[in-house]
Amino acid sequence: MRFLFKTDYEDDIKLFPHSGYIISYGLLLALLLIAPYVLSSYLMSQLVFVCIYATVGVALLILTGFTGQASLGHAAFLAIGAYTAAYLQKYNVPFPVYFLAAGASTGIIGAMVGFPALRLTGIYLVIATISFALIVEEILARWESVTNGNEGMRVKTLSLLGVTVPRDSPTFYYLCLAVLVLTIVGTLNLLRSPTGRAFVAIRDSETAARSMGVNVALYKVKSFAISATITGFAGVLFAHKLSFISPEMFTLQLSIEFIIVILIGGTFSLHGAVLGAIFIVMIDPFLTYLKDDMPGIIAGIAATFGASPATAGNIQSNAAAFASLNGLKGAIYGIIIVLFVLFEPLGLYGRWLKIKLFFQLFPLYKRATFKRQKIYVKSERNR
Amino acid sequence: MSYFRAENLSLHFGGLKAVDAVSFAVEKGEILSIIGPNGAGKSSIFNLISRIYRPTSGRIFFEDQDITEQPPYDIAKLGIARTFQNIELFENATVLSNLLVGRHRHSTTQLWQELLFLPSVRANEKVHRRRVEQVIEFLDLEPYRDKLISGLPYGVRKVIELARALCSEPKLILLDEPSSGLNVEETDDMSFWIRDMKSELGVTVLMVEHDMSLVNRVSDRVIALNYGRVLAMGSPAEVQEHPDVVAAYLGA
Amino acid sequence: MLDFVQQLVSGVALGCVYGLIALGFVLVYKATEVVNFAQGDLMMLGGFFAFTFIGMMGLNYWIGFAGAVATMALFGMLAERVVVRPILGYPQFSIIMATIGLGYFLRSVAGMIWGTDDLKIETPFSQGVLRMGSLVLAYDKLSVIAATMILCALLWLFFNKTMLGTAMRASSENMLAAYYMGIPVKRVVSVVWAISAAVATCAGVLLAPITFIHSNVGLVLGLKAFPAAVLGGFGSIPGAVVGGVLIGVIESMAGFYLPEGWKDVAPYVVLLTVLLLKPEGLFGLHVRKKV
Ligand SMILES: Nc1ncnc2c1ncn2[C@@H]1O[C@H](COP(=O)(O)OP(=O)(O)OP(=O)(O)O)[C@@H](O)[C@H]1O
Ligand SMILES: [Mg+2]
Repeated sequence: MRFLFKTDYEDDIKLFPHSGYIISYGLLLALLLIAPYVLSSYLMSQLVFVCIYATVGVALLILTGFTGQASLGHAAFLAIGAYTAAYLQKYNVPFPVYFLAAGASTGIIGAMVGFPALRLTGIYLVIATISFALIVEEILARWESVTNGNEGMRVKTLSLLGVTVPRDSPTFYYLCLAVLVLTIVGTLNLLRSPTGRAFVAIRDSETAARSMGVNVALYKVKSFAISATITGFAGVLFAHKLSFISPEMFTLQLSIEFIIVILIGGTFSLHGAVLGAIFIVMIDPFLTYLKDDMPGIIAGIAATFGASPATAGNIQSNAAAFASLNGLKGAIYGIIIVLFVLFEPLGLYGRWLKIKLFFQLFPLYKRATFKRQKIYVKSERNR
Repeated sequence: MSYFRAENLSLHFGGLKAVDAVSFAVEKGEILSIIGPNGAGKSSIFNLISRIYRPTSGRIFFEDQDITEQPPYDIAKLGIARTFQNIELFENATVLSNLLVGRHRHSTTQLWQELLFLPSVRANEKVHRRRVEQVIEFLDLEPYRDKLISGLPYGVRKVIELARALCSEPKLILLDEPSSGLNVEETDDMSFWIRDMKSELGVTVLMVEHDMSLVNRVSDRVIALNYGRVLAMGSPAEVQEHPDVVAAYLGA
Repeated sequence: MLDFVQQLVSGVALGCVYGLIALGFVLVYKATEVVNFAQGDLMMLGGFFAFTFIGMMGLNYWIGFAGAVATMALFGMLAERVVVRPILGYPQFSIIMATIGLGYFLRSVAGMIWGTDDLKIETPFSQGVLRMGSLVLAYDKLSVIAATMILCALLWLFFNKTMLGTAMRASSENMLAAYYMGIPVKRVVSVVWAISAAVATCAGVLLAPITFIHSNVGLVLGLKAFPAAVLGGFGSIPGAVVGGVLIGVIESMAGFYLPEGWKDVAPYVVLLTVLLLKPEGLFGLHVRKKV
């Protein structure tokens, strides 16, 4: 295990506390940069979605994880970003302009949502954000002159400085990766500045934050605006990746998926948002795999254990029937959410920390290190 | 003119007069204690000063400025910091970030500068950090710097709350029962710190306290309160001998 | 005028269903501060059980109804025991997510078992109508209203006249204090979940003749029941029913008098407006944390 000797206040401010970080993140970045030349086009496509989902995950983390304001309406912010881009594209506005415009419009709407949200806490806020998202969905479906209603809108191929960037090109992937990395760096910067600390203060005790001079209302609105802006940016990329957008793509289901991203990753860390995004995006290929290959493999295993060919065939068709059941994805989502909340509240990243600590301290690791503290029923009714 | 002044302050919850026409003044550099039985309205006075509650009537002045209508976050900006009776720390953050939030009133950087972490932000952060380190040293909090609050014992939390208030470099500090829940040793430490705060840091102290020995050791003056009304005001000895105060404590 | 009364009655009927779901939210919330996002799905499941008993096994309507209610009461206890109790006292958001997960799970499993077609339960009063002059009111709608009133009366009696009900009220006021007073808080919470699942089942069975049962019905109606519960203040049992009726009427009026599209969003617009003006809902109390 490594001991850090701090000799300067700078040591606590640095993004990378020691050289090990620089090496491992450098390596990761290098791998991500050569990915397009190694991975199949299908996996590359999934990787782009990972970048987009992770960006939204970080945005949600700022609002929900750090400021403590729950939102089940982020699909609506994504939609506003996507539609702003698609609409401005019709008038041949160049990419950098509509990219920024999408972020700005979403940010403004985010701030507007933030204002009524100021007086709401807990469950009321969750319900208000759901309502907001449902209303946005309906507006998108009805405002046909702008959004083309339920017909949806085509999104033209991205063109950057006169070069067309197809949605499955490496350049598009790099663009998404850059947006993600910049978002993460910006968020880390925020977290080591007064604003980020004010967010955390509001999350943990509004009363104390106020008494320390934090203008709680202002910072909540800021948090909403920042989170929405980032989601708006992600929305532009999302629209380009799909090349077609329609209202039913931005439902409550999607908002819940975003929450799952941070819940599964770990609601307290940026690593978590990325891990959660990988998880959510990869669940589809995983289910496809389950459907296509798993039954054969299971039957093979059964055969090696001495099952007759007839039984093995039976098992195979049963497994196939199970894997292609309609609601399987929903059921898996449901089970995963419940299991994570019950058993791994710190998410995948928390699990990783535990494993790391286990090896660092081996054989002295104590389970109790990460044990949840006993909490007795504490009312959140009067905050 | 007095440094800090409350005039005819009242706070009613429905029919209950939690604070009832209370007037008092705090002189610059003194330690003034408020005592009184449970439910006398002591914490309510603090909550009025830090604008958690809006007074039913009455006015509050600080440095000759009427602060009755100031928004709550501005109170800290004026230089009034406080601690809470039941400890209101930022549970899921480290001690260091808790203390740095105390520096919030001195932060001047803009959001966009922070997003880019410009050199000005970095320089500011170092200044904040230096001040925080001074407070950490003053209150002997070195071992806890990087610990999460949620894992710390009660006594330490109490000190951290005091530290957070001091980090804002207040002119006036409001301490709500600083010794409650502390053992004898910790209470001794607390009494030294309170006196040092006055003599070394030049902070004016307004304090609510039940522990009479602590009150006697540190206070310049004492106010006794019951049912939201002032019973007596004066030196610690005078107030404790006052017949109304004796009666209030004996429950007669 | 006639149209108005027709709309009013169907609005009230629909609103009663919302109200019953909202009632489930409120019961559980009052007892444990848990907001059960799977409440609508409990209703859906109750509907499917009733369908199984009545439509598939051919039981008498009332016996099937009672069977579904009993089954779901047990299921509610099970859900509480498995999903909610282990995390009671953790941040509200975690608990909300757990119940969202539960909802997903129930929806998918129901879809797997009962398929994705719309199902219908034959009821003794499916067909009939009540004629008053030129006013025509369907019995199935009236039955929802009547049943809601009966249920509310029963619940009121239960909470105010029985020991268990009093214990529940006590533990919903202050769980720790109730525990110290010797009230078996865990059992109380268990019973609260049973009741709320049973109430949800009633809503599901009553709803069956009006809209069909399918695996997503709980999600759709559950989302409408939120505005109802919030309007009612999220802590008040009569408030929930009044809120539900309000939302039902607003929805049905908006569907009739306003341009297309308003029907679905009107409840949410009203909800946001109310929250803006009165963040605690119409009947909610404003309580502040004491420091
Ligand atoms: N938010 C509130 N709503 C209603 N009554 C309140 C509220 N806050 C305080 N009170 C009441 O006001 C009175 C004074 O309360 P306060 O907390 O100021 O007492 P205190 O002197 O600090 O007592 P203690 O020594 O127990 O801390 C009490 O009767 C209390 O119940
Ligand atoms: Mg007090």
